[in-house]
Amino acid sequence: MQIKRRQFIKKLLLTSLTMSSLVFSKISLGKWVAYDFGYRPIEKSLNELFPNKTLKKTYKINLKLPRRAENGNVVPITITSSINNIDTVYILSEKNPVPLIAKFTLDPSLEAYIGARFKMKETCDVIVVAKAGDDYYQTRQRVIVTLGGCGG
Amino acid sequence: MSFLIFILLTLSSSTVHSTPVDDSQLLRDFYQQQLPLIAFSDYADGVYAFDADSKAAWLDINQFPPYEFSLEKGKNLFKQPFANKSHYADCFPTNGIAIAQLYPYWDEEKQSIITLASAINDCRLKNRLPTLTYESDEITYLMAYMADTSRGQLINTHMPNSALPAYERGKAYFYQRRGQLNFSCASCHVDNAGKFIRSEILSPALGHTTHWPAYRLKTGKLGSLHTRFKVCNRLIRAKVHEAQSTELRELEFYLSYLSNGLPLNGPSIRK
Amino acid sequence: MANRSTIKIRTKYFPDYTLVRTLIAHTMETGRNTAQDTKELIPAHFIQTLTFKHNDKVVSECHMGFGISKNPFFSFKIKQAKLGDKITISWKDNLGFSDTKDHIVQ
Repeated sequence: MQIKRRQFIKKLLLTSLTMSSLVFSKISLGKWVAYDFGYRPIEKSLNELFPNKTLKKTYKINLKLPRRAENGNVVPITITSSINNIDTVYILSEKNPVPLIAKFTLDPSLEAYIGARFKMKETCDVIVVAKAGDDYYQTRQRVIVTLGGCGG
Repeated sequence: MSFLIFILLTLSSSTVHSTPVDDSQLLRDFYQQQLPLIAFSDYADGVYAFDADSKAAWLDINQFPPYEFSLEKGKNLFKQPFANKSHYADCFPTNGIAIAQLYPYWDEEKQSIITLASAINDCRLKNRLPTLTYESDEITYLMAYMADTSRGQLINTHMPNSALPAYERGKAYFYQRRGQLNFSCASCHVDNAGKFIRSEILSPALGHTTHWPAYRLKTGKLGSLHTRFKVCNRLIRAKVHEAQSTELRELEFYLSYLSNGLPLNGPSIRK
Repeated sequence: MANRSTIKIRTKYFPDYTLVRTLIAHTMETGRNTAQDTKELIPAHFIQTLTFKHNDKVVSECHMGFGISKNPFFSFKIKQAKLGDKITISWKDNLGFSDTKDHIVQ
């Protein structure tokens, strides 16, 4: 009888813990992982960030980016999307030594809207990946980064 | 082309030199002819008057400019009392607010050009404080705050007769070829204004003094007009005069008079 | 002088959304630049995590590298915020520095 009670209490604790974790769980990025922000080519970065995932190309993510970045140090981007339930957004710059720029989680109380300013090393595609549950979407846009003239 | 204008300017007057009024008019007419699509007020935006794409990115960044922290430091420095309980506000008219358009000006007594930076240092000397180094962060932050309070004020550089020699020297500097690359300021900013130099657009001289200090995206900090003069001269491999030297003050005086009527819009962002 | 915050927050309230913008004073040093005077490598110093809270609830977690520009800027839109709501932005960098700031939607 006592063993059964102990087992029952154990089970109760376990279920309540799982229940509470479900109630309070939301998308969380956990700890900052240096490996994600390591030096590697874009293909490797995408494969490791999204292993075995199809990044569906979509027109439903809109990127407001300059066609030509005046200075690669500060490229302003505004990301909007009509895709529902986006919970995580990733910004990558194809030819940066560290392609992953940033990743953001978005609570359902936020609109699918992110503005940021980031660095680009050279002319390449800016890749934005949006995760909505189990679905991954991507879009790319080329930004030209030029080397001065008389700006010094 | 700019040499032609220089000759025209010198020959256009009957006695010695053409008047500053004539100079300005001639140059403005020239720009109007070369750049018909640029309205007068657009010259205050410099290169952004020419390219809609970079202007859009510039306006985007302007919505929450990265120089805000420096501006805040400037405001605090401006309001901080000196050891003798006096303030910067006591040295300037209207408590130092909305007065940047009064600089540079020709001081009859001192027989020299007073710029905002030199006025700040004069104020410090008057209150027995050590002067600030001309390209230091502290003086740049103060200038940023004073420029910010003057946003929208129209440039109104006075030209009394006694200032004419200094004006002429500034004008001569502007048109004088110099350095290994043998460029004059006019080579780029008059002859080729609006055109590309490699991948950048050359700004016209009209409007050059409106937007300082400027936060450069390249350096991530604010810089003054005189710092920019120095960089320009270094890039054409010419002699680099010191910030606030007589030569650069005269150049600023000439350029400021040219830009009379344009609104101040500093501090601003440039690449 | 009091410790100056490294975070500025601005909000714009509209009936159908509230725009939240933040600017942070941080060098975001990549660790690949050399100092002009000493010619030594400037060590990497950049924000790694940023948290955006609405009324104390985390609504966005951000992980970033030094690819974000110096003096980072971010903007978000809250679907339904109310006047008087509290916005909190906090950051932590690779050297262990951090800062946080609250702002009331007005």
